[in-house]
Amino acid sequence: MTGFFAILQRDLRLALRQGADSVMVVAFFIVTTTLFPFGVGPEANILARIASGVIWVSALLAAMLSLERVFQTDYEDGTLELLTLSPVSLELVVLGKALAHWLTTGLPLIIAAPLMAVMLNMDPAGFGVLMVAMLLGTPALSLIGAIGAALILGARRGGVLVSLLVLPLYIPILIFGAGAVEAALLGVSAAAQLQIMGAILLLALAATPFATAHALRQAME
Amino acid sequence: MAVFSGSDLTCLRGERLVFGGLSFAANPGDAIMLRGRNGAGKSSLLRLMAGLLVPRSGMITWDGESIHKDRVGHNARQQYLGHQDAIKPVLSVRDNLRLWAQLRGVKDIDAAIDTALHALEIHHLSRTAGRYLSSGQKRRTALARILIGETQLWLLDEPTVGLDRESCAELARLIADFRAKGGIVIYSTHIDLAVDDPALLDLDEFAIPMVEWLQDQDAHEQDADPEYDLDTDAPQLAVPSDRQGAAQ
Repeated sequence: MTGFFAILQRDLRLALRQGADSVMVVAFFIVTTTLFPFGVGPEANILARIASGVIWVSALLAAMLSLERVFQTDYEDGTLELLTLSPVSLELVVLGKALAHWLTTGLPLIIAAPLMAVMLNMDPAGFGVLMVAMLLGTPALSLIGAIGAALILGARRGGVLVSLLVLPLYIPILIFGAGAVEAALLGVSAAAQLQIMGAILLLALAATPFATAHALRQAME
Repeated sequence: MAVFSGSDLTCLRGERLVFGGLSFAANPGDAIMLRGRNGAGKSSLLRLMAGLLVPRSGMITWDGESIHKDRVGHNARQQYLGHQDAIKPVLSVRDNLRLWAQLRGVKDIDAAIDTALHALEIHHLSRTAGRYLSSGQKRRTALARILIGETQLWLLDEPTVGLDRESCAELARLIADFRAKGGIVIYSTHIDLAVDDPALLDLDEFAIPMVEWLQDQDAHEQDADPEYDLDTDAPQLAVPSDRQGAAQ
């Protein structure tokens, strides 16, 4: 576990010193969400209808925006090479990096989401489920995204490539995340959707560190 | 049998055979200096030894066991210094080194960092952020990293790049100390580093005979030549007729 905590501490310290990344992700999320009322018109009913979907899609895009940076700087300055040569499990290092990514991007998004829900005229009945669904969904975004971030190392135009790789994998989270909020707004229990999201998170937690670590070792060759 | 050895190593990078049939052996206290022209595979060999690359053929062993069998164990006993210094511009020298000390499971991290910084005479920079370091100071910080933790093997890829003469002497002394404690040092350099009688490994001797490869290339070029001529002729013929057409 030393690798996990060491890298988590280092990444959080880095994020604190160069806080622009986190702020940018939240700003992107707010701007994207704000564009929809301009596009579809200010009709309160229509906005309330599409609110959960808009928030989820914007959150996916915002989380993806920061993915390229997860391993890129470490790759460029030689840190990644030394991490793979450290006497700790690379899988735990990857997990630490994914957690740091979630704390600096996913968590701010969860805090910003209810504000956007208010702006889009979502029924307050959906707020709680929206937060819970995002709490389950955004860590999975970071974990799955890390695979994409590791695969694009050394590629040109990595940012575009990572979206093509990762966005299709985000679809289940989008479907069940928006579905959970939808159910809560209809007054039905959202437990089924939330349980599936929990399952996705557990699966990602168990499987993605191995895939990401393997991709990183490949990138070092 | 030597503690750290490689036998019949072949290294393939992309589609190029860098070297083949290379063997080496080192015992505690030994130093091996890698020589060879640019592209001879000095860095590739060091990366093979570190376990970053897998040899196309042959095996690298430590105490008779392949280094790829126990990656974490091999990582614990070695320190690798590559071309890059791996220094984060926003973190101080101490915070930069702290990560590596933590990853190596060093008990008293601050004391270990202090010792390493004193050894390289950069202790006054411990609170300076990485972005304010000169390239020589960055290199010294990278060298301080390899002093942290108990290791038995140093793999140094051009460690003298960016170092002034005093620092080179300093580095030579650190290498001597490390060898005295039973460490193995394998390094590549293009300047004279005052290391006591290192074993020389000249990679030019292991360059793969390129005859077959060149013949292959020739055959390809001959195939390509007529097509090339046709391709270049065609537009030349086409352009005037097009122009005539346009003029009419």
